[in-house]
Amino acid sequence: MSAPPASPAPRTGAASSRSNGEVLLQIKDLVKYYPIMGGVLRRHVGDVKAVDGVSLDLAKGEVLGLVGESGCGKTTLGRTVLYLQKPTSGQVVFDGRDMSTLSARELRRIRKRMQIIFQDPYGSLNPRMPVLDIIGEGLVAQGISDSKVRIKKVEDALETVGLRRDYTRRYPHEFSGGQRQRIGIARALALEPDFIVCDEAVSALDVSIQSQILNLLLDLREAFGFTYLFIAHNLSVIEYISDRVGVMYLGKLVELADSAETFSNPRHPYTVALLSAIPDPDPRIRKKRLVLKGDVPSPAAPPSGCRFHTRCWLREQLGNPENCSTEDPPFRELATGHRVACHYAEQVSSERATSAAAKAPAVVSADVGDVAEIPFPSLQPPGPPPV
Amino acid sequence: MTERVLGPGVPPPPDVLLEVRDLRTYFHVMDGTVPAVDGVSFSIKRGETMGLVGESGCGKSVTSLTIMRLLDIPPAEIVTGEIWFDGRDLLRLPEAEMREVRGNDITMIFQEPMTSLNPVFTIGDQISEAVVQHRHVSQKAGWDRAVEMLRLVGIPGPERRARQYPHEMSGGMRQRVMIAMALACDPKLVVADEPTTALDVTIQAQILELIKALQQESGAALLLITHDLAVVAETVQQAAVMYAGKIIETGTVEDVILRPKHPYTEGLLRSIPSHVPRGQRLNVIKGTVPNPFRMPSGCRFEPRCPYAFEPCHEFEPPLAAPPADQSQQVACWLHVPEALRPGRAAVAPAPPVPTEAFVQVESVTRQ
Repeated sequence: MSAPPASPAPRTGAASSRSNGEVLLQIKDLVKYYPIMGGVLRRHVGDVKAVDGVSLDLAKGEVLGLVGESGCGKTTLGRTVLYLQKPTSGQVVFDGRDMSTLSARELRRIRKRMQIIFQDPYGSLNPRMPVLDIIGEGLVAQGISDSKVRIKKVEDALETVGLRRDYTRRYPHEFSGGQRQRIGIARALALEPDFIVCDEAVSALDVSIQSQILNLLLDLREAFGFTYLFIAHNLSVIEYISDRVGVMYLGKLVELADSAETFSNPRHPYTVALLSAIPDPDPRIRKKRLVLKGDVPSPAAPPSGCRFHTRCWLREQLGNPENCSTEDPPFRELATGHRVACHYAEQVSSERATSAAAKAPAVVSADVGDVAEIPFPSLQPPGPPPV
Repeated sequence: MTERVLGPGVPPPPDVLLEVRDLRTYFHVMDGTVPAVDGVSFSIKRGETMGLVGESGCGKSVTSLTIMRLLDIPPAEIVTGEIWFDGRDLLRLPEAEMREVRGNDITMIFQEPMTSLNPVFTIGDQISEAVVQHRHVSQKAGWDRAVEMLRLVGIPGPERRARQYPHEMSGGMRQRVMIAMALACDPKLVVADEPTTALDVTIQAQILELIKALQQESGAALLLITHDLAVVAETVQQAAVMYAGKIIETGTVEDVILRPKHPYTEGLLRSIPSHVPRGQRLNVIKGTVPNPFRMPSGCRFEPRCPYAFEPCHEFEPPLAAPPADQSQQVACWLHVPEALRPGRAAVAPAPPVPTEAFVQVESVTRQ
C-alpha cells in the first residue's frame, strides 16, 4: 500500500484507465469439470461441466463484468482463474506466465498479486479472529513477519477502505454488513495486488450500502490501477461498473462486448432475454417482458448443439432451425470487440424481441422442451401438430 | 389507501380489507428491547395491491408476521395496535379463530421456497392439506384442486408433479408451488414476503408475471414485501416505504417512485445503479441504519439525512399528507408547514400532533 488516497480524483470515464491495452490476464479455452461419482463402487459416471471452454483477455486496469444466472459457471471461472482450483484443461496466463507451469512456491508468490473479494460478508470473515489477523493473515502467508510492518499495512488498508485505523482489535460481529464487506476489501488490498476477482461482492448488501461499496471499488481502481473481474448476477450493477461485459450460460461465454454495446445492442437471444427480465424502477414503464420459459438445464447434462436452444425465443421465431440443436455455435466476432455464440445473431433485433414478448402467454410454463417425453397430455393449446 | 384513521375499536369501512393501526411490535432480548415495528399504520382495500419496501431490518417482515400472528410471544410483544381484517380485529381473535383465517383468508408466500415446503410430503399433499382443512372437502376434491392449481401456475404435467416431492423441483418451480398453495383456498389477501429474492432474474420475471396475472384473475388483495424498489414499481399500485420500524412515506407507486418526498426514499432511488449513468458516482446515503437499542430521539433518519434542520433532531415527524399533495403521506418536517413545526422554544418534546390540525390544513388547500 503506497500512501492511501486522501480523496481519489473523480473518475474521468471508463475508457481512460485501460488506454494502454496491455493484457494482464489471458484465459485460453478454460475447462473445469467436477466428476460425479455414482453407484456402489463410486465410479466416475459423469461430469458437471461448470466451465466448458471459456477464452477471455483482460487488459490492465479494465473492469470485466461477468454475468449469468446461478449455475452458469461464473464463480467457478473466477476461482479457477486464481488457481484456487486446478482447471481440467486450458490455460491461465497471468502477466505473461502460464500458471500451470508454476511451482507451488511461485504460485504463492504470484497470488500475492491476485486477490478475491467474496460475496458473503458474514461467512467470509472468521468470527474468532480480530480484524488485525483477518487482514494480516495474507501478509503472514506472504512472509511479512515483522509485526510492526504488518500492523502498519493493516491500518493503512483499513483507512483506504474508509474504516478507522484503530479497528484492528475488533471482531467481525462488531461491524455492520457494509463494514464487513469493507474489511473483506481491505484484506484483498493489503497485499497490493494487481488483479482482484469480485465474486458477487455487493450482492448481499442493501442498496444504500451497495452504492457505497461500488463507489469505493471504483475509487480504488482509480487510485491503484486495479484490474477487476467483477462477477455478479445483478445486471444494473454490472452495467454501472464494467468496461466490458461477458455473459455466461451453462459454462460457456455466449456474448462478450463493451458494456455500452452489450446493453444497447445485445446480439445473443439469451442476453436479450436477460436484459428484458430486469425489473424497471420506473413504474410508467410496465413493459411486456420477454419471459423465458423453464429453468437453466443441468450442467451435468447440457443440451446438445447450442446450449440455449431449449429456451430460445429466437429459434422459435425462426421456425426451429436444425443446426441450433445439433451444432455448437462458434464464439464468433460480429463486430470489432463484439463476440457472440449464436448461429443467428444477425437476426436478433428489438422488433423481433418485442414481437416474441407480445406473443408470450401471461403464465409462462415452468418447464421446457422435455414435455414431450412425459406420458401426460401436454399443456399446449390444440393446434396444428408439430412437424 | 391511508384514510383518516378512525378511533380505536371502530372497524374501518367495508371496502377496506386490511387496516393496520399504530402497530408496535417489540422484541425483548437479552440486551434490551428492539422496537422492530414502531407505530405502523396502513390500509389495503379489497383487491388492491400494495408494496411494503425497505432495507434489511426496517421491520417489513415483522409487520407481515404480526398480521399473520406467526410471532413467538415472548420474545415478541405486540405493545399496541389493531389489525382490522374483513371487519374483525385479528389481534383480539382467539387462536382457534385465527387458525380459520390464516391459510384460508390470508395466505403467505415466503422467500425461501426450499425451507418453506415440507420435504417429506408430496407437493399435492401439501397443497390439498389447506383446502381439506379449511373448505371441509374430501381428500379427493382437495387433490383435484391441488392439480388444478399446479396447472394454473404453469407447471406442465400437473398430475405427475403433484405426486413429486419438493427436492424433485427447481427453485423457480418450488416458488410456483408456493403460489399455488397460497391461492388454493381463494384467499382475500395474499402476503408475499420477498417472493423473488432468492430467484434468478429470468425466473423472477416469470414469477412476477405469474403473481400479477393470478392476482388480477382471483381478485385477491396483495401485500408485497420486498427490498427491491424496481419489483414494487412493476408489480403493485400502492407503496409504503419503511425505515427503522416506521412507515416514512406512502402513496401510489407513481408518486412514491417518481416524486419521492422523503429524503430517504429519494436517496434510495438515487442509489440504484440503473438510474445513474456510467462514470458518474453513485449517490450514497451516508452512514448506516440506527442501532435499534439506541434509536435517535427525533426523526430516525436525521443522522443520515442531507436536509436535516432544526426540529429533526429533537422531534419525530408525523406521517401526514403534505399540503401541496394530498394523495401522498410523508413523515418529514420538510413537508410540514412552518406554523405547525415544533419550534426551538419548545422545551418538552411536543405531544403527538393532533389529527384535527391536519384536517384543517387539508380543508384549506383543497379546491
